[in-house]
Amino acid sequence: MKSAIAALALALLSGFVPGFANAAEITGAGSTFVYPLLAKWSDDYSKQGGAKINYQSIGSGGGIAQIKAATVTFGASDMPLPPADLHEAGLIQFPAVIGGVVPAVNLPGVAPGALRLTGPALADIYLGRVKTWNDPEIVSLNPGLTLPALAITVVHRSDGSGTTFNWVDYLAKVSPEWKARVGEGTSVSWPTGVGGKGNEGVAAYVQRIKGAIGYLEYAYILQNKMTYALVQNAAGRYPEPGKASFQEAAASAEWSKTSDFDLVLTNAPGDGAYPITATSFILIHRTAGATGAVKGALDFFRWAFAHGDASAEALDYVPLPASLTAAIEAYWQANLP
Amino acid sequence: MSGMAIARAAPRARRLPWGDRLFRLLLASAAILVLALLGGTALAIFWGALPAFLHFGSRFLTGLAWDPVRQEFGALVPIYGTLVTSAIAMVTAVPISFGIALFLTEVAPAWLRAPIGAAIELLAGIPSIIYGMWGLFVFAPFMADHVEPALTALLGPLPILGVLFNGPPLGIGMLTAGLILSIMVVPFISAVMRDVFLLVPLALREAAVGLGATRWELVWRVVLPQTRSAVMGGIFLGLGRALGETMAVTFVLGNAHEFSASLLMPSTSIAAAIANEFTEADSNLYRSSLIALGFLLFVITFVVLALAKWLLARLSAGEARR
Repeated sequence: MKSAIAALALALLSGFVPGFANAAEITGAGSTFVYPLLAKWSDDYSKQGGAKINYQSIGSGGGIAQIKAATVTFGASDMPLPPADLHEAGLIQFPAVIGGVVPAVNLPGVAPGALRLTGPALADIYLGRVKTWNDPEIVSLNPGLTLPALAITVVHRSDGSGTTFNWVDYLAKVSPEWKARVGEGTSVSWPTGVGGKGNEGVAAYVQRIKGAIGYLEYAYILQNKMTYALVQNAAGRYPEPGKASFQEAAASAEWSKTSDFDLVLTNAPGDGAYPITATSFILIHRTAGATGAVKGALDFFRWAFAHGDASAEALDYVPLPASLTAAIEAYWQANLP
Repeated sequence: MSGMAIARAAPRARRLPWGDRLFRLLLASAAILVLALLGGTALAIFWGALPAFLHFGSRFLTGLAWDPVRQEFGALVPIYGTLVTSAIAMVTAVPISFGIALFLTEVAPAWLRAPIGAAIELLAGIPSIIYGMWGLFVFAPFMADHVEPALTALLGPLPILGVLFNGPPLGIGMLTAGLILSIMVVPFISAVMRDVFLLVPLALREAAVGLGATRWELVWRVVLPQTRSAVMGGIFLGLGRALGETMAVTFVLGNAHEFSASLLMPSTSIAAAIANEFTEADSNLYRSSLIALGFLLFVITFVVLALAKWLLARLSAGEARR
């Protein structure tokens, strides 16, 4: 009764009515980040005679809640669930696609990729400690660049988001102060700045406000031709964001040492690895065997890993490296015989 | 009261044909449904908000922190943002609406009244998301480049008042949100004012003019006192809309859970916080806190409307005595 009333309040407040899966239909819900790709994959898949996938992009948190309540066949989340949570809820998880979170700046006269920042410098900016672009901490990283005495306006997401999770996870890994003062999560208590709703909201604020810095999915940087900054990786280099550096991060990460792919790709060790690489995860119920809709969903992802790379790249996502998809297939065999 | 009316009508109802009785029943249930829905919504929201109220107690109303990581939620910043933006909206919208209504009823030549009236009604029909996008892409840059630097230069150095206008000109913040809100509520308030100004009996107007009243005296001494209660009603209608407006505010308010005295700084409102954060509120306490925010908005709106009703009743009682 209590949960029924809570669900009513939830539906009233969000205007969202969960779709109930029938046996034949494969339904999914969650991450808004993977939505365009899942829509494209599902379209291609059904054209080739596969089942239709009905995916609702309600956000990672919503996706986790829906799959736990078993109202959908699979959930999608931009942050991995810890194995203990997975086992408690009877779920398995595997990565589906890779992306990157890239800092975008509005600095007149600075070319895309010209500005270089380190993780600690980003953390200091987002902590509100570095307040102007000509602060010694930034100037010393960019000897060839003349930086204006412009105030820095920090832009962050106002809605909870997997993008935020990967961004603050990176900041927490490189800055002990960030870890202690702010912590990590899909939404946090920001020490400073303005909040934009969704990637498009952050992009709009960064383009509007001179001296702004925000963080965006890589695809938004490309599509809006925004000025981005390079971030130093764990190996001390400044890789360009893109397919090569994201895949290197995914390949250099030690997946074999984790269980249930519980790994966040930020600050990956590879030489050319992009430091804020993000992964979207798919959550599925652990059943006695892969039957019905669950089998349909696995068939869909198996097909997507084999044939979906071109569609993914056309939409500026980065497909998983072959070593990883092989590991996922083995994981399926082990958990869903 | 409606219960009494139904009871009184009951004996007669028995003599009516069954079709009429069925119709009466349908009408009554439609009316009662509204009450049931209102009660049900209030109850459901309160039930959802209960965990947050129990966990935080009065800290929920006075707390400044909104920290999903540490599960610490206080509603003071959203409440403050809601009240301040609505106050800015009313302070600018009421005089403008009054001016529009006066112009349309007393000053404008007859051929101009219809097109301006239609334009204002059209303004009321624009979806709020359009106001939000226009606000973000057109109005906010204009505020950032022209209005806010001028305000800071002009009013910033003043004591006390200056605090309200200091800060970087982002173009996004409480002042911009309040002004967008005022544009959104002007049609509602001015339409009500115009309609009631037109209802003032011609005999009264002619009598006032006959006594040598100027146009200003006619408006101030005859039209306004005659229509005071309806004008107040229109203002509170606008205030009700301003308090609950979500999309337009989300775009230009900055969505920062941060308390700042300056009107140029970003803040958040109750409706904007719920719209932004509900989908990803992953813990029960977080979700409950957002529902509790919704409950507070419910209470604030209810109090405002009740206050309006009470004011109206007092005013109309005063008018009747005179």
